[in-house]
Amino acid sequence: MAAVFSFTPPPRDPARSFQDMILTLHDFWSAQGCVILQPYDMRMGAGTFHTATTLRALGPEPWNAAFVQPCRRPTDGRYGENPNRLQHYYQYQVILKPSPPGIQDLYLASLRAIGIDPLAHDIRFVEDDWESPTLGAWGLGWEVWCDGMEVTQFTYFQQMGGFDCKPVAGELTYGLERLAMYIQGVDNVYDLAFNNAGVSYGDVFLENERQMSKWNFEVADTAALFDLFAKAEAECRNALSNAVPLAAYEQAVEASHVFNLLQARGVISVQERASYMGRVRDLARSSCEAHAAKMTPQWEAKYPGWTL
Amino acid sequence: MGSEISGVDAVSDFLLELRSEEIPARMQAGARAELGKLFRRELDAAGVAVPDITIWSTPRRLALIARGLPLATDAVIEEAKGPPEGAPDAAIEGFCRKAGVAREALVLRDVKGRLTYFAVIEQPGRAMADVLAAAIPVIVRDFGWPKSMRWGAASIATDSLRWVRPLSGIAALLNDQVVACAVDGIVSGRETFGHRFHHVGAISIGGADDYAAKLRAAHVIVDHEERAAIIRDGAAKVAADAGLTLVPDEGLVIENAGLTEWPVTLLGRFDEAFLDVPPEVIQLTARVNQKYFVCEDAAKDSGGKLANAFICTANISPRDMDVVIDGNRKVLAARLSDAKFFWEQDQKKTLGDHAKRLERITFHEKLGTVADKVERVAKLARWLCEEGIVGGDPALAEQAARLCKADLVTAMVGEFPELQGLMGGYYATKEGLPREVSDAIRDHYKPVGQGDDVPTAPVTVAVSLADKLDTIFEFFSIGEKPTGSKDPYALRRQAIGSNALILKNELSLSIFDSLIAHGASLLRPAAIADDEINFQLYLAAKNRATQRDERLNPEHLIYAGMLKLSAELIHLFGTRIQHQLKAEGKRTDFIEAALYSRCDTVLSLYRTANALQDFLTTDDGANLLAGYKRAANILKKEDWHGIEGEISQTGEEDPLAMVDDPDLAPVIAAKMAERHAAAEHLSYTPEPAEQTLIDALATAAPRAAEAVQAERFGDAMAALATLRAPIDQFFEEVIVNDADANKRTARLALLARFRDAVHRVADFSRIEG
Repeated sequence: MAAVFSFTPPPRDPARSFQDMILTLHDFWSAQGCVILQPYDMRMGAGTFHTATTLRALGPEPWNAAFVQPCRRPTDGRYGENPNRLQHYYQYQVILKPSPPGIQDLYLASLRAIGIDPLAHDIRFVEDDWESPTLGAWGLGWEVWCDGMEVTQFTYFQQMGGFDCKPVAGELTYGLERLAMYIQGVDNVYDLAFNNAGVSYGDVFLENERQMSKWNFEVADTAALFDLFAKAEAECRNALSNAVPLAAYEQAVEASHVFNLLQARGVISVQERASYMGRVRDLARSSCEAHAAKMTPQWEAKYPGWTL
Repeated sequence: MGSEISGVDAVSDFLLELRSEEIPARMQAGARAELGKLFRRELDAAGVAVPDITIWSTPRRLALIARGLPLATDAVIEEAKGPPEGAPDAAIEGFCRKAGVAREALVLRDVKGRLTYFAVIEQPGRAMADVLAAAIPVIVRDFGWPKSMRWGAASIATDSLRWVRPLSGIAALLNDQVVACAVDGIVSGRETFGHRFHHVGAISIGGADDYAAKLRAAHVIVDHEERAAIIRDGAAKVAADAGLTLVPDEGLVIENAGLTEWPVTLLGRFDEAFLDVPPEVIQLTARVNQKYFVCEDAAKDSGGKLANAFICTANISPRDMDVVIDGNRKVLAARLSDAKFFWEQDQKKTLGDHAKRLERITFHEKLGTVADKVERVAKLARWLCEEGIVGGDPALAEQAARLCKADLVTAMVGEFPELQGLMGGYYATKEGLPREVSDAIRDHYKPVGQGDDVPTAPVTVAVSLADKLDTIFEFFSIGEKPTGSKDPYALRRQAIGSNALILKNELSLSIFDSLIAHGASLLRPAAIADDEINFQLYLAAKNRATQRDERLNPEHLIYAGMLKLSAELIHLFGTRIQHQLKAEGKRTDFIEAALYSRCDTVLSLYRTANALQDFLTTDDGANLLAGYKRAANILKKEDWHGIEGEISQTGEEDPLAMVDDPDLAPVIAAKMAERHAAAEHLSYTPEPAEQTLIDALATAAPRAAEAVQAERFGDAMAALATLRAPIDQFFEEVIVNDADANKRTARLALLARFRDAVHRVADFSRIEG
């Protein structure tokens, strides 16, 4: 007969562990009825690209979700030498549709949960509107400051994929490393405690930053990247013409990341840059449009009177 | 007008508070104005005079207090005019329905002798609370924000309420009574909320009188001006306490007042090592990204050296100030280390190396890259010096011009575009380039606006002017000219900058010659549409080209286009001077008169205008102007078209007269002389006054023309002054409209020659009085 293990979860300690901070946010948003998702399994520049944000922002159905998304920003790589900049880092995304009343108070409660006391720290909502021409999307909101540091982007989505958001979703994007550095009181991201058992952020990611920075800036085969871009673009069109917009959207995300890599390699001229951005934008918008078009009959059936 | 409603003389105070999530700081002043405007509009529509309004804002609320409102509006009697007596019944009944009165209630009044039905409609007075309850939702719905949004469950419909950020509550009190209304589910009440963190729970407001005090007790200073004063004084005080001097920044004061309800100024220090970075960079990083003030060393001998200190404005009274200061210090340190990284990284390459990357930046899709522009500017800057128009060394001017845009591709300017020029200047100095070159790179965007310093260092002047002229010439050459309110490439501002450089440094710059020197890109055929080309101009240009250089023959058309272009350009420059004079409240007609002369340089335009002003305030000037106007009127009245009908009425319209070019002068003069020879040969004996004028003109006209040519405008005026007595005498003693057709024609021709002689100096018809 096998032994029976009993397990009592230990109390979270966001002030001493990066992962406890994440788990606390999961607990908090789970308690608010959010679906706790796992990261999208593709390379992307921001959590907003996750379909749980972009595509779910369309349509009339309520949707509440929270997840961590690893973000890749090849040009931000600093070979592990800059204490504040990384080419790979984490965003914590919360999407609440429709945006609930008192969403700011909810957000502030989540900060308290991870150990930020707004009477000890100066928390401010400073105008910062968001626009992503790539996604045909924009919203109004703020960057949230904690003692002068931007810790969260807070946006009310107004349009996505060129369509009005009906209803509007509220999006919160926490910069996890920044928040953790603040809460743990460290000046160098690599000094963050990842867990309570002596593993640091540097133990997990420093070597990765060194190698990936080198690859992003110096090594990546640009001919292969140009080829990848073209293939992603073609595959996106293929998926679109076969009415599988979710698959098309993935290819648009892929093309967007490959474009970022080409930028980091410095092989795209200013003139070409605009043209490539236009191509990515076309893919992303076409995918969003196709998704919305495909879903609209279901949405209209469920919500009589609702129109795209 | 009487009213049945009692208490109409009683007055009341009204408080309106519109709460929302954080309103962007930059929109708050506009929102206050909008609230006042809409409130007045609504009260006006209800017939209520608005006595006294106070409007306040914080990031989370707009508040309006109106004092001395009547408790009710006056009753109003309106009369509506209907059909005349005896009109068909259907018409009369229709009128009654429309006016909402019974037929028996109609009254008959006399309208121009005809009895006509009138409906007398009494609008009873309305309670002020009702007026306000109706006005509030209208104000909220009509409110104009620079950007507004939808939110929440209601936003499933696109016509849901819009506000700058979610509107969260409305407090509305008339004296101590709630003005009951609702907007999209938000119901008015007497509750408000205090500071986001320092006060928990709702506050009950008694009315307009206790509103500000109750909020203050809840850590909210609702008066934005009071908050601005707290920040202004607080920042100065914490600086002084640290032995430093605050660098005042009123824009930052207002912005911080718009970001806080309970401002607290705190001073922190950053690592002195960052002071290696230029002070402008530190100040910009602190101000733009973090909204911090900076300080200077207070010591007298420090020369305003930036101190390693910043002042932030918190929105709380923190438990421990050091925690907040330290957090802010870290953020600033991270930003400054980025700036320091850029500063050091940029210096690893020379400006010359940076400049190579300008080939990758498009200046304008039709005008090539920034590198192309730099090439043109370098050529023009060199030419300005070689021709002696600007006194600088041609080689240095060319060198500076080639490097002046290089900082646009540096990391620092990429991060802080406002530092263009300045960073180039710093990098040039670090590189050890000559002082003239680094100064020119730094200052070549100047003057940026009215009141900005106008460069005087010759190399700087050459680069700055060449840069501006190139932009203007190039955009004009592709037909992108400012029209009306549209000036997308800010060419008028470039013209204002050019004027300032030219006038301050007294540069004798011919617009036509600089166009030729600039040349190359204007050889674009598209620059000249066929319809723009006047045949006469073409001929003149052909003459010019032939005289100058045979090889230019194939490009006659382009020369013709350039003549036309230079006329348009001088008009652009001249009208900017006119606008500037107008803004200063000065007369603009002198410059206008000069503009319609044939000046080809901005300087001569300006000097002509000044000489005109001096001359026309003299007795001779005033009388000559009177004589000129009289001559011009006669010619106009007689519809005089000249001896051959081809000498046009004013110099400006004669294509030949427009060719103001020393090389062509003999050609033009010969043609003109030919035209006039016939007219000057008289078939009768002139009267003495007539002969006097003929003689005076024969002397004065060439003298004036010669003086204009030599840019001796005072002398030109003096030459014109000699005509004053003869023209007066002529009008006194000679009858122009003589019965003898020969005499009449000859005398009109004489007046035309007099007028034309005046026009060679300036278009006196543009001068008032």
